[in-house]
Amino acid sequence: MEALDLARWQFGATTVYHYFFVPVTIGLVFLVAILQTAWHRTGDERYLRLTRFFGKLFLINFALGIATGIVQEFQFGMNWSDYSRFVGDIFGAPLAIEGLLAFFLESTFLGLWIFGWDRLRPALHLACIWIAAVGTALSAYFILAANSFMQNPVGYTFDAERGRAELTDFMAVLTNKVVLVTFPHTMFGCFMVGGALVAGVSMWHLLRLRDSTDDDARLDRSAFTTALRLGAVTVMLSGLGTIVTGDMQAKVMTEVQPMKMAAAEALYETTAPAPFSPFTLGTPDGSEPTFQVEVPHLLSFMATGSWDGEVEGINDLQEEYQQTYGPGDYRPNIPVTYWTFRWMIGAGAAAMGVALIMLWSTRRSRRPGATPRGARWLGAGAIALPLLPLAANSFGWIFTEMGRQPWVVFGLMPTSAGVSPGTTVAEVATSLVGFTLLYGVLAVVEVKLLLTYIRKGLPPADPPVLHDGESPLAFAY
Amino acid sequence: MELTTVWFLLIAGLWVGYLVLEGFDFGVGMLMGVLARDDKERRLLLNTIGPVWDGNEVWLVVAGGATFAAFPEWYATLFSGFYLPLFLILVALIVRAVGIEFRGKRPEPEWRRRWDVGIIAGSVVPAFLWGVALANIVRGVPIDADKEFVGSLLDLLGPYAVLGGLTTTSVFLVHGAVFVSLKTEGDVRVRARALAMRAGVVAAALAVAFITWTAADAGEAAVWGLGALAAAAFLAGLGATWRGREGWAFVGTAVAIAAVTAMLFWSLFPAVMPSSLDPAWDLTTTNAASTPYTLKIMTWVAVFFTPLVVGYQAWSYWVFRRRLGVHHIPDSPAPATTGH
Ligand code: HDD
Ligand code: HEM
Ligand code: HEM
Repeated sequence: MEALDLARWQFGATTVYHYFFVPVTIGLVFLVAILQTAWHRTGDERYLRLTRFFGKLFLINFALGIATGIVQEFQFGMNWSDYSRFVGDIFGAPLAIEGLLAFFLESTFLGLWIFGWDRLRPALHLACIWIAAVGTALSAYFILAANSFMQNPVGYTFDAERGRAELTDFMAVLTNKVVLVTFPHTMFGCFMVGGALVAGVSMWHLLRLRDSTDDDARLDRSAFTTALRLGAVTVMLSGLGTIVTGDMQAKVMTEVQPMKMAAAEALYETTAPAPFSPFTLGTPDGSEPTFQVEVPHLLSFMATGSWDGEVEGINDLQEEYQQTYGPGDYRPNIPVTYWTFRWMIGAGAAAMGVALIMLWSTRRSRRPGATPRGARWLGAGAIALPLLPLAANSFGWIFTEMGRQPWVVFGLMPTSAGVSPGTTVAEVATSLVGFTLLYGVLAVVEVKLLLTYIRKGLPPADPPVLHDGESPLAFAY
Repeated sequence: MELTTVWFLLIAGLWVGYLVLEGFDFGVGMLMGVLARDDKERRLLLNTIGPVWDGNEVWLVVAGGATFAAFPEWYATLFSGFYLPLFLILVALIVRAVGIEFRGKRPEPEWRRRWDVGIIAGSVVPAFLWGVALANIVRGVPIDADKEFVGSLLDLLGPYAVLGGLTTTSVFLVHGAVFVSLKTEGDVRVRARALAMRAGVVAAALAVAFITWTAADAGEAAVWGLGALAAAAFLAGLGATWRGREGWAFVGTAVAIAAVTAMLFWSLFPAVMPSSLDPAWDLTTTNAASTPYTLKIMTWVAVFFTPLVVGYQAWSYWVFRRRLGVHHIPDSPAPATTGH
């Protein structure tokens, strides 16, 4: 193993891990803000209890989101120092702005929100969670703008003397056509996760409370039914959003990185009209498929917007790239690209399906899981629902980033040129093993804690009273 | 003024903000081991920094991002060169952050004890290593003509660097104790004050040695001046602690940390990372910088948003200005009746 391989594994592992928490944070913060707004507007205590319940889950998740985020920022310099030298003039700016605009906002106003229940007037307290929510969206925008530069470099010139890319037009970087589609797609992906978590947890509680008849259970049931509907509708609507924006993204990607989209279909020869294969048996790595389900014309439509459009194949692109960039292999890992693209779409679609069934199960004040069989299925669905869009998000990212290989900055810098020249295999191995072990332990702790708090169920409403100086804090570590 | 100089100053300012603010967070973390006597007191300590510690840590995130944006070569050489110390810092910060958030989420003593260890270690390690790192930056490390760090881990652990690390660790401990005495009431407050005095004597000795060494190396009047200011502020802070003027004491330790940081950056300038091999290979504010265009944009952003950030962070300190005592800590950590 060279330092390069280890550094790549490390980057992939830490980033995928960071991105388990990010969509939960972004999705939940908005839903919690909506629930708190509903309480503020209506005074209905169900909403207050839901706010606090999901707020707690949100915080447990947030702790790991920020803890893993710092690693992200440091490792560009640690493992990818030549990359940082090469693009720092462009890439650094959105990163710094993200910190200044977004992270300060998030961290400060979440602190105010968490500890401020009995310190701030209700309207001001509500404003805090909304400001934090806006902060998460801003942070997503700036980091995606940075990432989009790597997918499709714009607004720069190459300075041969210093051997680096230099910024010429910052607005072009912020309005890169890639970020304009990536941002809504990612946000919808995050909302799917948030909605799915709310719906899944609510369904689990509804099933648990199914047969209880006392007053408390009735109240809880009514609250969780509302939450289930909110979550399921969120999954469905943002699912539609991911599909629409994903479709736009595919077209933009076909334009700026045709190789990635050709690899996504394992399309070797330029074809018009090109079919899309939702499923293939055999090897999508050059040899003929043995069994394949094909939807005629679909790939043409996804890639070009025309049912008969021509889609360039991997082999032609490889030749073209060799002419432009010199000899080399410009094909990404095709099986990974092919399958992650499908699993992203499949897992997202499955989540929408499960959400629809859950919504259906609550129609006209029906009790979900009235039959034992129904209950079993809904129970399984409740567990699967949050995991599906979370997996879709990871697959989407792995597809995006691995489909860009061998480039770290498309067309400008191969990944192999970006790695830190001075760091040793031993150093990278130490940090790779260290982070993997630490992250593994933290994952177990986090999941257990989440399950404990999910099981606890809704807290009593206990509307906050402004602190009188003597009584215990409404929230304390 | 050159924009590169502006950005050097801004980054120095971000480090000042980071070390002053997270400095007391680290101190409070360390005090979990030596000051608190039972679980309630440990929770009391954590709650003094509860609403603000994450916002304080973002100063580091922004300092890192600003270095990346304004001086990419500095960021690249520093972060790849100080690989293992930074890895340790990251691990420590992760464990600490998770510990602060998770500790109170379960009642079992075993669970809490483990996170206490994590919080304490997660506070000592970065407090020490940031001192080591800053001292090394100022001193110079082996950097070759390609702007690559070519030294080893041992190069980073020279006597000056270790003295730097001990200084930051002890000063942060005192800063944290002063902060606790300012933010709590009752028994903990009294003990924090006593501890600040005792540890303060050690910290003062270390700090004076470190300052003298730094200033003697730099040999500049301004460095001597800032060093003297730092020492004077720290001693004044201890004096105020002794007289029970906790607000002034905190101002004293805060100014001392700010002045030491300023002194270090002053003695660096115009280099950002001097090479111990050949002065021609120094990274400087010019040869490590981004283009004027990037710096100009960043300057506008900083001019608009830095005051805003300082404003709302100050407001959040104001909102949570009230002293806390053990009687404010609810009995059960996250009782179902008040959790949210
Ligand atoms: C719940 C999550 C989710 C779902 C259901 C989908 N996606 Fe997606 N997709 C993502 C979550 C995601 C993502 C993780 O957020 C990515 C990674 C990078 C990005 O911009 O979004 C992504 C990337 C991504 C890319 C790569 C763009 C690039 O390389 O920059 C394309 C072409 C699509 N998606 C297309 C689709 C289509 C056509 C979908 C449905 C029909 C779809 N996605 C559903
Ligand atoms: C938006 C911010 C992001 C930036 C700036 C970014 C940057 C990078 C960089 C510099 C590399 C090259 C190093 C390498 O090859 O390993 C890379 C690769 C990679 N990234 Fe990203 N990334 C981002 C988001 C993500 C996310 C959210 C994920 C996953 C959830 C992800 C997954 C990966 C993977 C799996 C690789 C490895 C690809 C390979 O080496 O074949 N990235 N990314
Ligand atoms: C490789 C690129 C990335 C870097 C350098 C990075 C950096 C960071 C840092 C430093 C933090 C902690 C902030 C704090 O202390 O409060 C953080 C958290 C966060 N990041 Fe990332 N991040 C990356 C990828 C992403 C992506 C792709 C997104 C969203 C699309 C994202 C969204 C967030 C959000 C919303 C938070 C807030 C807290 C949480 O995650 O739970 N990040 N990130």
